[in-house]
Amino acid sequence: MTERRFAIEVEDLTLAYQDKPVLWDIDLHVPEGILMAIVGPNGAGKTTLIKTILGLLKPAAGRITIYGKPFVAQRKLVAYVPQRGSVDWDFPTNVLDVVMMGRYGRLGWVKWPGREDRELAMEALRKVGMANFAHRQISQLSGGQQQRTFLARALVQDAQIYFMDEPFQGVDATTERAIIQLLKELRAAGKTVVVVHHDLQTVSEYFDWVTLLNVRRIASGPVSQVFTEENLRLTYGGKVAFLSKTAVSQSTPDTLQPASSGG
Amino acid sequence: MELLNSLLFDYTLRTVALGAATLGIVSGALGSFAVLRRQSLLGDAMSHAALPGVVIAFMLTGSKTPVILLVGAAVAGWLGALLMNGVVRNTRIKEDSALGIILSVFFGFGLMLLTFLQRNPDARQAGLNSFLFGQAATLLISDVIPMAILGTIVLLLVLIFWKEFKLLSFDRDFAASLGYPVAWLDVVLTSLLVLAIVVGLQAVGVVLMSAMVVAPAAAARQWTDRLGVMVFLAALFGAIAGVGGAMISSLGSGLSTGPVVVLVVSGIVLLSLLFAPNRGLVWNWVRQQRDRRKLRLQSVLTNMYYLAEQHDDMAHPHAVTVLQAMNFGQGGVRRSLHVLRERGLVQESSSGFWALTAEGVEEARQLIDSRRAGKGGDR
Amino acid sequence: MSVQLEVQLIAVVVAVACALPGVFLVLRGMAMMSDAISHTVLLGIVLAFFLVGDLDSPLLIVGAALMGVLTVTLVELLNQTQLVKQDAAIGLVFPALFSVAVILISRFARGVHLDVDAVLLGELAFAPFDRVQFWGLDVPIALAVMGGILVLNGLFIGLFYKELKLATFDPALAAALGFSPVLLHYGLMTLVSVTAVGAFDAVGSVLVVALMITPPATAYLLTNRLSHMLGLSAVIGAGSALAGYWLARLLDANIAGSMATMTGAIFLVTFLLAPERGIVAILRRRQRQRWEFAQAALTIHLLHHEDSPQADEECRVDHLGEHLRWQRPFADEVVRLARRHGLVTQDNGRLYLTDKGRQTVQDAIVR
Ligand SMILES: Nc1ncnc2c1ncn2[C@@H]1O[C@H](COP(=O)(O)OP(=O)(O)OP(=O)(O)O)[C@@H](O)[C@H]1O
Ligand SMILES: [Mg+2]
Repeated sequence: MTERRFAIEVEDLTLAYQDKPVLWDIDLHVPEGILMAIVGPNGAGKTTLIKTILGLLKPAAGRITIYGKPFVAQRKLVAYVPQRGSVDWDFPTNVLDVVMMGRYGRLGWVKWPGREDRELAMEALRKVGMANFAHRQISQLSGGQQQRTFLARALVQDAQIYFMDEPFQGVDATTERAIIQLLKELRAAGKTVVVVHHDLQTVSEYFDWVTLLNVRRIASGPVSQVFTEENLRLTYGGKVAFLSKTAVSQSTPDTLQPASSGG
Repeated sequence: MELLNSLLFDYTLRTVALGAATLGIVSGALGSFAVLRRQSLLGDAMSHAALPGVVIAFMLTGSKTPVILLVGAAVAGWLGALLMNGVVRNTRIKEDSALGIILSVFFGFGLMLLTFLQRNPDARQAGLNSFLFGQAATLLISDVIPMAILGTIVLLLVLIFWKEFKLLSFDRDFAASLGYPVAWLDVVLTSLLVLAIVVGLQAVGVVLMSAMVVAPAAAARQWTDRLGVMVFLAALFGAIAGVGGAMISSLGSGLSTGPVVVLVVSGIVLLSLLFAPNRGLVWNWVRQQRDRRKLRLQSVLTNMYYLAEQHDDMAHPHAVTVLQAMNFGQGGVRRSLHVLRERGLVQESSSGFWALTAEGVEEARQLIDSRRAGKGGDR
Repeated sequence: MSVQLEVQLIAVVVAVACALPGVFLVLRGMAMMSDAISHTVLLGIVLAFFLVGDLDSPLLIVGAALMGVLTVTLVELLNQTQLVKQDAAIGLVFPALFSVAVILISRFARGVHLDVDAVLLGELAFAPFDRVQFWGLDVPIALAVMGGILVLNGLFIGLFYKELKLATFDPALAAALGFSPVLLHYGLMTLVSVTAVGAFDAVGSVLVVALMITPPATAYLLTNRLSHMLGLSAVIGAGSALAGYWLARLLDANIAGSMATMTGAIFLVTFLLAPERGIVAILRRRQRQRWEFAQAALTIHLLHHEDSPQADEECRVDHLGEHLRWQRPFADEVVRLARRHGLVTQDNGRLYLTDKGRQTVQDAIVR
């Protein structure tokens, strides 16, 4: 279809929490070596999409492949930066330790991280400008520093594809620029980076590819082509912005009811 | 001294102390994970839930061998935890209610079975006392050995899966994304907690076992920011409380071991909350006072600078009352002035009137500059 | 009144008196506070006893209530230091206070009729033997006390019904409207303490928890309305009390234990069979929804691809399995259902959406 390989291919993915559908028939083809934003309103299913690709949630229908193979076989090619608020930052551990957790996947069961892992972790911390904080307790970090720590943890995973859930949340402008710089370096090294992003202002500046998501995939492609007002209106404007002429204004998909029709 | 003597040479006391130490170590270590995973009260629920297991094990085998009863206790506690999980996952009932239900209904069921078995409906004569409060004082070496073996196995497993348990407790989703079977790890960690509780039941009893899960871990958390150190300290505190409690209760007449152990460990918690470096409340308070005093010194100094600036004479004296008003009447201004004088930054020109010295002017200017540069709030 | 009848009456009164405040504990996520309070009230009783030297003094209940409130306060203070989390705070406070009580009793109150086992376990069968003259009536003390507490609970909840409701579901709004959620909170905790003291004589402190938490939790699975939940909890509590009594008679076992067992049994049955929220209902709904969901997914899939260049391939029955990751028999069944419902038509192995199908897609997504 194109000259480039696809890093991630999602076909006809549908997912429901218990009986509440959150993702409907999503198709996604992410070429290798791009920096892609996923945008959409709160509750659009962005986190859910990432978690499903990472095999943390089981889809009701659809197929997901990473470089042409199922995720399970390609796990080591993928790194993940969860939403910062998803962990207890008062946990008794320090920055270096958290970063080393990124090595656990390669270590496998029972084996303890060694000197090499330590050096890799320090290296990653240097990259994100946190080398001086290696031995700092994690509760004593600012939001931006927490985010950099998570970023470093993903870096030591040494993956081909990076998934990041709102890495700019609660981060100041300087840190945001530093992070985006890093992501661009990753892209330059041929990695694929997928970022859940909330700031529509910066999409064109930061990313070269974008997926607009609101329960359905509204559009996906190069920013210059798909990041249009029409698509944004479809994503943020209408209720679920799909076929719906009746529903407009601020309603969110939170009010989605289970699909009880069809029979 | 005499106490030490008896600890070393008194066979019974030594056995008791050994048992209590084992219990403290195991529950302290496993309790650390429970506390960090916000499952502090799971221990309480599971120790109560063990009762029907003990009774049924006895009904089935007719044996009162501790090991058999403990197996029963473990199975029941484990089932209770599983059931609780099922209720929370599948219904709108929240964790606290589920815990309460499992705890009380299992216990009530056990009580019913026990009284039925004895053909005597009076619960007070059911011989539950030792189950409720433990009977550390009557522990035999033949009781302690299985405890120690079980405890060692539990600790070994924690050591083997250390990295996995740590990751699971800190960031479950990330662990799952690395391919670890988190649901199974959950089950294993919970099962180990059940075993730790079973080890302790005999010594401190149901009612107070929950304290042995929570307290050593909560105390240990105050002293360190490292998981490894925390688990080690929790085990140590648990052991100290166990041995200390056993010894104290051996002195007094009619003191059950359980409550004494709990009081000792609660004392450790209290000390830790108050005095642990960094996190301790006392240090925190001292730090706050120091900061406040320092802030006041700075504000008095800069206030004098601003006042003097308006007079074009940096050595112009000002009344204390003016400075007090500028400090929003919060008091302590006079003391600050005396401290500043000792440092040679201000001088009292006449009674109640103070002026900046040359050094004072310099110091105040630097302070104001650094504040302008936006770094003033750093300290 | 016969002794048997009196025991049943006491059991019912205790159960209902416990269930009422229990509803709010369950709704506020504070169920384990009942466990803590029912243990620490013992310390209140002991201290009050040392003060007045009389086990029958009503001051003991006051002491117990104060200790209950103190427990809650301590837990909250500890929580506020941010050195420990809420659940750990509960787990630290109540064993400590309870241990103090146990030690005080065993050191200084031996021989007095203040027996820790009795506190933890209670004994309902003996309740009718302690009697009191009340308005010319000869009633068991337990009945008079628990009756009074029941009335108190009923009055409190009746008087402050709308405030309690608001403070439970929207504390911020309640505060904004000028009701003090804190005051209500402590009022409620005082009730819980008083109820726990009154009840543990009869059923013991562990089983107070069963009566306070299990019936409201059961009712929570059956209704959404607060008023219904209160009523249902009372009925379930009373039912468990009576059933427990007869079960105990039958087995010659402990009454309180049997009552707790019955609350558990009713909970279990509800958990499995509740009309909407029971496990069976959930499973059946999921089963049904699986097919409806699959049909919706199919229609969406068709709609999604009908205009695309690969439509002829994507919309073929043979390819559904591949694209949607459906097993062939499952896909065939979905297509069969969808055709029967008039959502799609099939022509030569190629599926087409009908107008009704299109409408269904809209409904499925927009609603
Ligand atoms: N565990 C869950 N159980 C049930 N529903 C859930 C669960 N997690 C999320 N949801 C629902 O699924 C929908 C999508 O959630 P998701 O977290 O993926 O949104 P999001 O796009 O990441 O939103 P945000 O921008 O707020 O992070 C929401 O309506 C949410 O309420
Ligand atoms: Mg999200």
